Amino acid sequence: MTTAATPPAGAFARLRRDPAAVSSLAVLLLVALACLVGPLLTGHAYDRIYYDYPRTPPSWRAYPEPGTLGPALDRLALRMRVRAEDVSVTPEAVRLTLAADRPVDERVLGFLARSDLFGPARVLARSPDGRRLSVEAPVRRLRFLLGTDALGRDLLTRTLVAGRVSLALGLLATAVALGLGVAYGAVAGTLGGAVDAAMMRVVDILYALPFVFFVIMLVVFFGRHLGLIFLAVGAVEWLDMARIVRGEAMAIRRRDYVLAAEALGAGTPAILRRHVVPNALGPVIAFAALLVPRVILLESFLSFLGLGVQEPMTSWGVLIADGARAIESSAWMLAVPAAFLVVTLVALNLFGDRLRDALDPREA
Amino acid sequence: MAPLLAIRGLTVAYGGRTVLHGLDLDIARGETVALVGESGSGKSQAALAVMGLLPERAAVSGSARFDGTELVGLPRPALDRIRGARIGMVFQEPMTALDPLFTVGHQIALPLRAHRGLTGRQAATRARELLRLVELRDAEARLTAYPHELSGGERQRVMIAMALACEPDLLIADEPTTALDVTVQARILALLNDLKQRLGMAMLFVSHDLRLVRRIAGRTAVMRAGRLVEVGPTERLFAAPAAPETRDLVAAEPAGRKAPPPPGSPVVLEARNVAVSYPGRGGRPWRPAPRRVAVAGIDLAVRAGETLGLVGESGSGKSSLGRALLRLEPSAGIVRFEDRDLTALSRAALRPLRRGFQPVFQDPHGSLSPRMSAGAIVTEGLRVHAPELGARERDARAAAAFAEVRLDPGTRHRPPHAFSGGQRQRIAIARAMILRPRLVVLDEPTSALDRTVQRDIVALLRDLQAAHGLAYVFISHDLAVVRALSDRVLVLRDGRAVEHGPVDTVLETPREDYTRALVAAATT
Repeated sequence: MTTAATPPAGAFARLRRDPAAVSSLAVLLLVALACLVGPLLTGHAYDRIYYDYPRTPPSWRAYPEPGTLGPALDRLALRMRVRAEDVSVTPEAVRLTLAADRPVDERVLGFLARSDLFGPARVLARSPDGRRLSVEAPVRRLRFLLGTDALGRDLLTRTLVAGRVSLALGLLATAVALGLGVAYGAVAGTLGGAVDAAMMRVVDILYALPFVFFVIMLVVFFGRHLGLIFLAVGAVEWLDMARIVRGEAMAIRRRDYVLAAEALGAGTPAILRRHVVPNALGPVIAFAALLVPRVILLESFLSFLGLGVQEPMTSWGVLIADGARAIESSAWMLAVPAAFLVVTLVALNLFGDRLRDALDPREA
Repeated sequence: MAPLLAIRGLTVAYGGRTVLHGLDLDIARGETVALVGESGSGKSQAALAVMGLLPERAAVSGSARFDGTELVGLPRPALDRIRGARIGMVFQEPMTALDPLFTVGHQIALPLRAHRGLTGRQAATRARELLRLVELRDAEARLTAYPHELSGGERQRVMIAMALACEPDLLIADEPTTALDVTVQARILALLNDLKQRLGMAMLFVSHDLRLVRRIAGRTAVMRAGRLVEVGPTERLFAAPAAPETRDLVAAEPAGRKAPPPPGSPVVLEARNVAVSYPGRGGRPWRPAPRRVAVAGIDLAVRAGETLGLVGESGSGKSSLGRALLRLEPSAGIVRFEDRDLTALSRAALRPLRRGFQPVFQDPHGSLSPRMSAGAIVTEGLRVHAPELGARERDARAAAAFAEVRLDPGTRHRPPHAFSGGQRQRIAIARAMILRPRLVVLDEPTSALDRTVQRDIVALLRDLQAAHGLAYVFISHDLAVVRALSDRVLVLRDGRAVEHGPVDTVLETPREDYTRALVAAATT
């Protein structure tokens, strides 16, 4: 494109000078980066279930806590059908003697490694009759900075992984809606007359389709797939965009500068590209910034119905829905994903607002 | 005797920008004072500051004492007892100053009920009297009319009735006639004059038009750039203006005449029986309402180097005719440009021919796309008609076009809002001129501009015409500009040609009453 269709001179310079725009963009980038890289650094897999730590509240402390090891060992010993004797606990490791009436099978040590509390156990000594086994097992230190969910999965990791899905969905579906809606609306509004009427009736018909029904049909025909959600959400949200842009385009079409362009001999595509679309941009950007949160929440609704993201994969919407159910016992399950969503949405709205202002040539 | 309104050192600032610098002005009881200046001179700011109607972010200082009460900084409830009751105000735009959701009678009754405590019935009676006072036709029926059912002049009468409802001591009129046709303007002015005398109120008349002020104000204060430059009896100001700014305003009437076109110059545009009509309102799909006729069978011809003035009140069809001549509006009849009949051509077939005939529109704010740079706007036509040019060559052409309309070529990368109204109109003219058209249709190109700016644009248009042998169709309601620019005049009324002839003949010795009214309203 050439100068005519680019944003007004200095729009980006203006954006750079605006502290609110810069900080909101920085927050957005930070959230995106955290979601991309974060799960690699937390030390937990998003789908790893720690059976020993369900509903662990957020804390800096490492688990297990010293006092809890003795009872935990007793429980394990019970399952190993041995007695735990001479238990000595240091922060790094436990030493104990497994005693039984029959010779102790070394395979029971697997119970220790399989619990979330200890690493693989080492045999230190074995009594001649095999009824006493001295073992040492390292204590596994785990941190759950933002707690765990009802199954004992690390909430920070899950929230960050969920952010990938939600952000990608929010941005992509919005981009789909934006592209489709702006093109469709601008053409309908500019051409007007019978073409406009026909195009907008198509929009009305699509509006009338129940959204859930539409998604179910898609899932039935094409199977469950994340890409389908993009398609479904984008296909629904562009309708609003098309209506907004069409209204703008109809107003712009009557402006003298469009008449002047027509008098200059500019064709309809040129008028659309140079005059209608750039001048309709203000409300479009404002609406797009509001669309991203809507898409994110819509996805959670779909997931709630079992049509969207499926366990163990997750999204902010799903996490929030889970958290809402657990709000009385473990409020952090709601607070953590909700905080991420809120911060993202506030930054997004603020940035959209400032972007629209910066693109408005009168703001110079 | 103490003046009714004494303004001392009234200053208005937005942020660090001061738009009104210490205005001093007195208005005695029963006196009419005019506040005159070009746009941006701070005259409206002064009026609004007195009324306490400026936005929150405006910092007002100084003093405005009304009958002993300090208005600046007066708390809202006390201010409300004065506004509407003792000071009435009439605004420029009667369409937006009336609430479209309420009937005229209701709106006039509001101040009466608020300030006088009248009951609904009493207020309605008084509203009826007021509408008769402002000489609104069918006053009885108009009480229940909504603003959109009235014409611009009628709406302004309603506004005046509202302002007079509580018999104020002072009426502030902010450009009350600017949005109206000249003939309506004259009647509104006469009404204001008459009312003032009958009711004995004082009036502050804010206007950009010195000529208008002469008909109504005893004393005139001239402002420029937020400062009072001269104040004195109106006649003295006209006879012997002291300040150069006043001289500018007095002499701002577009002067001079256009040289006649060389004999035997070819006919560029010829129109026969051109008619424009719009779909009527309120029809049914199976029985459409009759079409509204905007232009009914106009014949005209324009030669190279010649200007045809199209004159008439608003709604007379002159703009529709202009657009029809440019084939921007579906129309009946025949339009020939040079030796080609444009009537049968499709939009696509017309496109390559369009560089020969170009428009310039009235509103220089609305006719430039706000998101393009001025240079890109000017060269848009080259993209269509000279696509072989690269960005660099187009930019060079833009610079040349800027120079031709006497704009600084260095400013061509700025967006349109960085230019003043007059400069924008130059950009619009450059956009047309860059294609080297043979015909330009100028639709009220000077109407939105200050008088002094108008004069420069008229001179520019005349020079361009002489340099390129252009044919102009010049649409205007302003006879002073038409006189300065046209060879012949076509007077339109309700879409029909009322009178047609050389400019001097038509304007000096009009044959039709309608033309006579136009001329009278414009000159007295």
